Amino acid sequence: MAANSRKAEPAPSTGTPTERARTLEQLLATKEIVISCGSGGVGKTTTAAAAAAMAATHLGGKVLVLTVDPAKRLANALGLERFGNVETRVPDSAFAAAGIEPRGELWAAMLDTKQSWDDLIARHAPDTKTREAILANSIYQNISGRFVQSHDYIAMERLYEIHSSGTYDLIVVDTPPTRNAIDFLEAPDRMADFFSSKLLRWLTAPSKSRVMNFASKPFYTVADRILGSQFLADIAEFFGLFQAMAPGFVERADAVTKILADKRTTFVVVSTLEAAPLHEAEFFIDALDERKLHLGALVLNKVLPAYLRRTATTGVAKRLCADADELAASVPDAGDAADTARVLATIGESFLNYQVVAKREAEQRASLARTPDVVAAVPYFDADIHDLAGLLQLGDQIWR
Amino acid sequence: MTALLDRKLLFVTGKGGVGKSTIAASLGLLAAEQGKRTLVCEVDAKGNLADFYEAGETAFAARELQPDLWAMSMNTEESLKEYLSLQLKIPLLAKIGPLARTFDFIANAAPGVKEILTIGKVAWEVKERHYDLVVVDSVASGHIIGQLTAPQGINELVQVGMVRNQTQWMLDILTDPAQTGVVIVSAPEEMPVAETIELAERLNTETQVDLAAVVVNRVLPELFTEREEALFDSLRSPERVEALTAAAGGDVTPVLDAAELAVTLRRTRAGHLATLRGALDPALPLIYVPYLFTRSHGARATRKVAEMLSEEL
Ligand SMILES: Nc1ncnc2c1ncn2[C@@H]1O[C@H](COP(=O)(O)OP(=O)(O)OP(=O)(O)O)[C@@H](O)[C@H]1O
Ligand SMILES: Nc1ncnc2c1ncn2[C@@H]1O[C@H](COP(=O)(O)OP(=O)(O)OP(=O)(O)O)[C@@H](O)[C@H]1O
Ligand SMILES: [Mg+2]
Ligand SMILES: [Mg+2]
Repeated sequence: MAANSRKAEPAPSTGTPTERARTLEQLLATKEIVISCGSGGVGKTTTAAAAAAMAATHLGGKVLVLTVDPAKRLANALGLERFGNVETRVPDSAFAAAGIEPRGELWAAMLDTKQSWDDLIARHAPDTKTREAILANSIYQNISGRFVQSHDYIAMERLYEIHSSGTYDLIVVDTPPTRNAIDFLEAPDRMADFFSSKLLRWLTAPSKSRVMNFASKPFYTVADRILGSQFLADIAEFFGLFQAMAPGFVERADAVTKILADKRTTFVVVSTLEAAPLHEAEFFIDALDERKLHLGALVLNKVLPAYLRRTATTGVAKRLCADADELAASVPDAGDAADTARVLATIGESFLNYQVVAKREAEQRASLARTPDVVAAVPYFDADIHDLAGLLQLGDQIWR
Repeated sequence: MTALLDRKLLFVTGKGGVGKSTIAASLGLLAAEQGKRTLVCEVDAKGNLADFYEAGETAFAARELQPDLWAMSMNTEESLKEYLSLQLKIPLLAKIGPLARTFDFIANAAPGVKEILTIGKVAWEVKERHYDLVVVDSVASGHIIGQLTAPQGINELVQVGMVRNQTQWMLDILTDPAQTGVVIVSAPEEMPVAETIELAERLNTETQVDLAAVVVNRVLPELFTEREEALFDSLRSPERVEALTAAAGGDVTPVLDAAELAVTLRRTRAGHLATLRGALDPALPLIYVPYLFTRSHGARATRKVAEMLSEEL
């Protein structure tokens, strides 16, 4: 197995090509960071949690799942309801309830963007006074709470922090529901750009020289006119405070970028077989390729069962619709014949309806241009996944 | 309460993938066919509104797709240019070459700028009475509050300047329930329902924008009455399956399995629907749109959903 072959190598991060993983199990055995990504609502959080639970169960070691916005009941099942940002161990009793004795430990944490930003400021601020000033600044509060990309960045930042601590053998990261899945790939670079931008330098220049240097440039004249000089001054003050930390931030963002490209990191793209999410997934797969990032697996989630596509059954279903009365008569001692006929016609029609969707899904799947070595399909479970047993059941579908 | 399509400005939002664009496109089509001059505006730069009408690409400049139906895609940079020239009468426009490059910086640095340019554009169309109805295929639930409160936020952050002067009329339009309403699109699933409930609550406490309706999309059909379901269960006995298989000329098991799947799916979803209904104000219109079992989802599906909406409205 891949876990053994790894020993032969000097170090996992030197870029020696590893034996290609054929299953999620092999993949996870050779990686330290797994990032679950995809379009909104496809099952990123569920897949991340399931993969982590499987790794803790079968591979052992200390496994952390860093979730972003788990459904309430899932959060409860993982024991996250009270702790949020803090890493918490999923109790063995939760595994016992699922009838499992895990080889390792499963830990979970939920990402609290605001809290993580505050922690970050605390880490980078040169002194208490600056820290307090920033935390109290209304523009900072606005940015940390609402700045659209701050969510993406902070997830990657948190990952870096935890990984550097060396506490875990494997970290599985869930990603926030962004419209563009690549947003968070670019978040660290954008953050670095932002803190080293011309605008920032302009805003943080003493206001007199700002006027001198830029008064002639129409854009800044316009900005002053639109936003008012007071607001610009507020921003300037905020960034003035921030400037002391800019080098730290830029350096940090670079380190976060590096970890995404590290050989120990892999991406798991999750999608349903609906057109829009799949399109997004393909786009994302290309984006990973372009950036030379490692695509480990594609998880196709909520797939309808294969029997729905059987052509032989199409005729049977059509007969149930067309000849319901006749067929009702053939059922041994059924009750009311009219009732039976109606039920037969209904189930025939329902099959044909679902078949349309199942066939469309199959076509979507067949049209996938590029797929990784590991492609797993997860059936549409008839109930929500909200406990460890459910996660492990889902995990079984993708593990080997 | 003002009927949904008699308002002037509707923001259609909801969790990613629930059917915001489908519902926005269908509402727009329905209004246009009722003779209202309608603009459908998609806010998402990467949006796919055009796919729902199959009538060519959409751009920032609104285009008439069919009588009374106009469509556009938001672009905050274009919106800024239009704003500067139309409202601030700033003449330098042609000369703001570096605008494109620097715009992102300023928009990121000054929270709310992108949002206000979006809201400002659609509210402007309403203010100028260019259309009877503007339907916004809006951002997902996570960002809509930020967007709707941008004028208020700018008002508080920016003490002077032209932007501040411009926010009051926007607020007047946004906070008038006779003119503006939010439509949350939901689905009978755990996460969309949870997000809908949370968003309804936040709209109420954090904004002064009226929640006009909740559309529950992708509702699966109820296959059986209780009596029929008992009958269905009885059909699964081996001798009946065998008899049916013989009579139908092929194995009926997959058909029965599929029906069972449909019944269980419907059942788990019914629980989520009940949660949703229980959490919302009973006076709030709840509109149901069934799951469409169609091969593709273009203009035909949009028309179908519009017909279903017209029955429900
Ligand atoms: N295979 C499956 N069968 C049935 N339900 C599923 C399946 N996978 C996920 N779900 C359910 O779908 C919902 C969405 O899943 P999840 O929260 O993992 O998606 P997500 O991609 O993380 O969403 P978001 O983009 O909002 O973060 C949950 O209620 C989950 O229980
Ligand atoms: N009632 C329905 N029945 C079946 N499929 C539907 C229904 N409504 C929408 N869909 C399909 O679901 C998918 C998502 O719909 P749509 O694009 O409208 O969602 P959205 O909320 O705008 O998504 P996004 O968040 O990506 O913008 C599309 O493939 C669409 O055709
Ligand atoms: Mg999630
Ligand atoms: Mg959309």
